[in-house]
Amino acid sequence: MSVCVLSCVLFEFLFQKLCRRDVTVGDFSAVVTGMLLAFNLPVSIPLWQAMFGSLVAIVAVKQLFGGIGRNFANPALTARIVMIVSFASSMTNFATNADATSSATPLVQMGTDAMPSLLTLFLGNHGGCLGETCALALIIGFVYLLVRKVITWHTTVVFVGTVALFTLCLGQNPLEHVLSGGLLLGAIFMATDYSTTPSTKWGKVIFGFGCGLITVLIRVFGGYPEGVSFAILLMNILTPYISIWTRRKIFGGVKK
Amino acid sequence: MAIFRLSGVHVKHCKNTAKMSAVRIPVPKTVNVPMSMHIGAPARPIVKVGDEVKVGQLIGEAGAGLSAPVYSSVSGKVKKIDEMLNIAGGQIQTILIETDGLQSVDESIAPFEVSTREEFLDAIAKSGIVGLGGAGFPTLIKLKADISKIDTLLINGAECEPYITSDTRTMIDDAEAVADGIALVKKFLEIKNVVVGIEKNKPECISSMKKALSGIDGATVRSLPSVYPQGGEKVLVYHTLGRVIKEGGLPLDCGVIVMNCTTVAKISKFIRTGMPLVEKCVTVDGSAIKEPKNVIAPIGTPARDLVEFCGGFAEEPRKALYGGPMMGIALTDLSAPVLKQTNALLVFGEKEATPPPVTPCIKCGRCIDHCPFGLDPTAISKAYKANDPETLEKLKVNLCMECGCCSYVCPARRNIVQRNKMAKTMLRNFQIERKKREEAQKNG
Repeated sequence: MSVCVLSCVLFEFLFQKLCRRDVTVGDFSAVVTGMLLAFNLPVSIPLWQAMFGSLVAIVAVKQLFGGIGRNFANPALTARIVMIVSFASSMTNFATNADATSSATPLVQMGTDAMPSLLTLFLGNHGGCLGETCALALIIGFVYLLVRKVITWHTTVVFVGTVALFTLCLGQNPLEHVLSGGLLLGAIFMATDYSTTPSTKWGKVIFGFGCGLITVLIRVFGGYPEGVSFAILLMNILTPYISIWTRRKIFGGVKK
Repeated sequence: MAIFRLSGVHVKHCKNTAKMSAVRIPVPKTVNVPMSMHIGAPARPIVKVGDEVKVGQLIGEAGAGLSAPVYSSVSGKVKKIDEMLNIAGGQIQTILIETDGLQSVDESIAPFEVSTREEFLDAIAKSGIVGLGGAGFPTLIKLKADISKIDTLLINGAECEPYITSDTRTMIDDAEAVADGIALVKKFLEIKNVVVGIEKNKPECISSMKKALSGIDGATVRSLPSVYPQGGEKVLVYHTLGRVIKEGGLPLDCGVIVMNCTTVAKISKFIRTGMPLVEKCVTVDGSAIKEPKNVIAPIGTPARDLVEFCGGFAEEPRKALYGGPMMGIALTDLSAPVLKQTNALLVFGEKEATPPPVTPCIKCGRCIDHCPFGLDPTAISKAYKANDPETLEKLKVNLCMECGCCSYVCPARRNIVQRNKMAKTMLRNFQIERKKREEAQKNG
């Protein structure tokens, strides 16, 4: 994780120096990206691969589009997707605990006897990426962000709710779907990113719904076991349109 | 009653002077009285250099149409008739009067006897009174309009801007005058209901107004949530009566006349004593002011004299404003005179006056959530930058009341409201040009 954070900050610094822009590493946004990227990687990932991911996140996704606030897609997520495609084996090799036996993410085992219990899923004692396993810790983070009014509840609640609803309709256990994989991590920390998601309340609701729908489609019918990152990325692309569709009614405005 | 509340922001109240009754400033050495302290045509000076003037003497005759007369606020000698830069950036004529310190009152000043609407309006025409909430709209024009549809007189006592307490003190110290002014307007304009809207962070004003209004039929005091900008005209009308003033409309169109509480108090004083609007209560406050006070000052008093009267500067002054911190206008220098509608002089030191560094917009959407009218400042900024007035027209930037909530909540500290103001000007120029083009086409 520290590799990711450090390399993100370093790449931002170098790129901004190179382009003679103002260096903005002091705003900690690169630190956040680095942490989020690390949360999206398995423990056993080779460090050079993590650094490559940071390069993609900061330079390709963020700085090339003009830096903070101007990127259309979430840097950490896009980096994760690039890495999944590039380093498929090391990206899906998860160590469950200190003795580093590797296992698959529970989403692969879903429906088989190897599926961990719900309590295990809640507390995080199972295979997965660095930051996606312990639902309890993620929910604590959610509450903290809500209390500090950094984010609103709309996207997250609608996202998770949609996933639960559709998996229930498709005859699967919604709780298993909610607690496993990157859903909570994505819904709480990535689908609430300001720059890449709609700014209006209703826009956030639509965004959350779309993310949930795509996640379920990929998880249940698609080739990958996990669909959260693709879902958020796809909805990122729709964000400008959602923002325009859901503009607030102007008080006293008269249509001409 | 409004079903939904319009958005707004919770600002720090900083009403440091709320407990201080207004004190009268000693007569300044000179006053500089502008001929335009209102919206509309400026007044025409009718005195010459060297003329002796007395308190309440007419020195500026109202211009044609939308205008208001100007009276001398002091007794003394006219020294100079000059032009100066007003705080909005235009050139205006001013009359500089050297005072004699006697404050002898003009002989013509006598209480009015009014018994009909015409007599009342004739009197108001001579009062020089303008909307004292800050806009300076000539009161006569408001009262002269077609009143057949008016059913409610709405008195604005919200005073939602931080620091300012001059209306607060008027409602406490001059409650009878406010009530009397309300009664006069109500009687001569035959208005059925009166609602006084006061933010609930001023319980003393609410109780004093309730007491003063107990003798007036159909008058109620409404306590408003303490959320800025409660005193914005459209916000106030919606929150007290649930009526929406449509784009391009006036309160009149939905049956309401809105007046500031100090305006009605001045109406009462004028009718009862005959003294026109020649002095104003001004809150002097801010981190750079040694002893904040509410000061009653003759119109035309330089800001510098107010500062001196309040013990001078506590620290190096960095920014001075007439009005509140949200919507007030910065002064270019301290010789700027107190105007009819000036309600506060705020002077800030280095810490408050230094703007924080601006960082890029991260599209968090807080400006959109907090805009009382539901405008989209991020889209407005983008359209302005792209020099695209047609999009600005669709975004209805013309409805922006410049309350500043967007800038206040912006985590990147961007100058959003400033950008909106420039966008409004861009749109206005575009519309004027378009009209010209269309007319030219029509004519051949």
